[in-house]
Amino acid sequence: MNHEIHHLIKEGLWKNNPGLVQLLGLCPLLAVTATAVNGLGLGIATTLTLVFSNTIISLIRNVVTSAIRIPVFVLVIASTVTAIELILQAWFYDLYKTLGIFIPLIVTNCAIIGRAEAYASKNAVPLAFVDGLAMGTGFTLVLLVLGAMREVLGRGTIFSGAHMLLGESFRDVHIVLAQDHSGFLLAILPPGAFLGLGILLAIKNLIDKRMEKRSTKVQEFPLTFHPAAEK
Amino acid sequence: MGIKGKVISTALILGAFGLAGAGLVATVEKYTRDQREASIIAARLRSLHAVIPPKIHDNDLLNDSILIDDPVFSAKFPTIVYRARNNGQPVAAAFETTAPEGYAGPIRLMIGIGIDGRLLGVRALEHRETPGLGDGIEVERSDWILRFSGRSIGDPPLSRWAVKKDGGVFDQFTGATITPRLVVNTVKKTLLYFNAHRDEVFARENHDEP
Repeated sequence: MNHEIHHLIKEGLWKNNPGLVQLLGLCPLLAVTATAVNGLGLGIATTLTLVFSNTIISLIRNVVTSAIRIPVFVLVIASTVTAIELILQAWFYDLYKTLGIFIPLIVTNCAIIGRAEAYASKNAVPLAFVDGLAMGTGFTLVLLVLGAMREVLGRGTIFSGAHMLLGESFRDVHIVLAQDHSGFLLAILPPGAFLGLGILLAIKNLIDKRMEKRSTKVQEFPLTFHPAAEK
Repeated sequence: MGIKGKVISTALILGAFGLAGAGLVATVEKYTRDQREASIIAARLRSLHAVIPPKIHDNDLLNDSILIDDPVFSAKFPTIVYRARNNGQPVAAAFETTAPEGYAGPIRLMIGIGIDGRLLGVRALEHRETPGLGDGIEVERSDWILRFSGRSIGDPPLSRWAVKKDGGVFDQFTGATITPRLVVNTVKKTLLYFNAHRDEVFARENHDEP
């Protein structure tokens, strides 16, 4: 099981990342990432939803017949998201106002029903829990990096609005990287989101290619030199 | 189990999940209700206190408000006036009003005016102006909106209450004139209304639901 958990974490964070590989949930991914804090906020809300829905769906996987599984999954996901929305409104009101329609829209994030169908409905509760956490964290990281990238380029700040997530005492934690930065406007407009995501995808693929090259080299090494070593 | 039994049991399971989901939402709704109401009130009070300093008044602003119905203001959106009093004496008023013809939709503003007709402060509450251009009206983005403080009709003279492009004294933004022009004109309209109806604004009976 430890091996399986290790595998799940690797899949969620990198190899099968919902934002970078599966390209699921692009609508919120592109719409809310104008700042790092917005991205992080929606990422956390999505992760919570994934963890809860995965756990519940794994718990009930033997009760629900395949004929009604999709409506039941939708019911579970929709009630979880509504509960999270109410909690955000109660304790993180500013963030709730900023994220607006994108909180209820978590219901329509295909990454969530995708994990329910592909993993949680077929695996034990602890594994489904870890899968939700890993996938959610992977999604959050992409939101955070893309948000930070666009915020730095577009506004010259990073973590502005941190008080929305952490409370009033964190109002001034944001870092102004460039004073009077007039802003690279394209970065915060919607096309900037697509360009930013494209750049992230390119970087990820580049790293993957490098790693692949390196691992094949390591494998080749003993093969080519093996006969010589035997002599 | 016959086909009939199967259909019934499936329907029962589906129904049970519907009930469980509704139950979860109802429970969370119940336990967060007080906190959610408190958050909404706190947020509104914060935006009020940005334009009326808390130390100049001692009344409960949220429960001392009136609705204004006047052709000067947009008929589509409500204009609410919160009245600040100290020892029962009127000291200031905050107009929560909407300028409907922003570049990308309505702009909701909070405009605080002292009893002497001088602006205490202006803030943009809600808008959809272009990021990086029109959103300079947000206090988090630029100090433009702070420059209204202390101004009144007469400072500058009425004919110069406009953006520079229209011969006035207020800066527009590079690449965005519509947004600042609208804000300046709305503030001017509000000041003129306040000067003409000051006594009426403070005398009117409190409106229960703001």
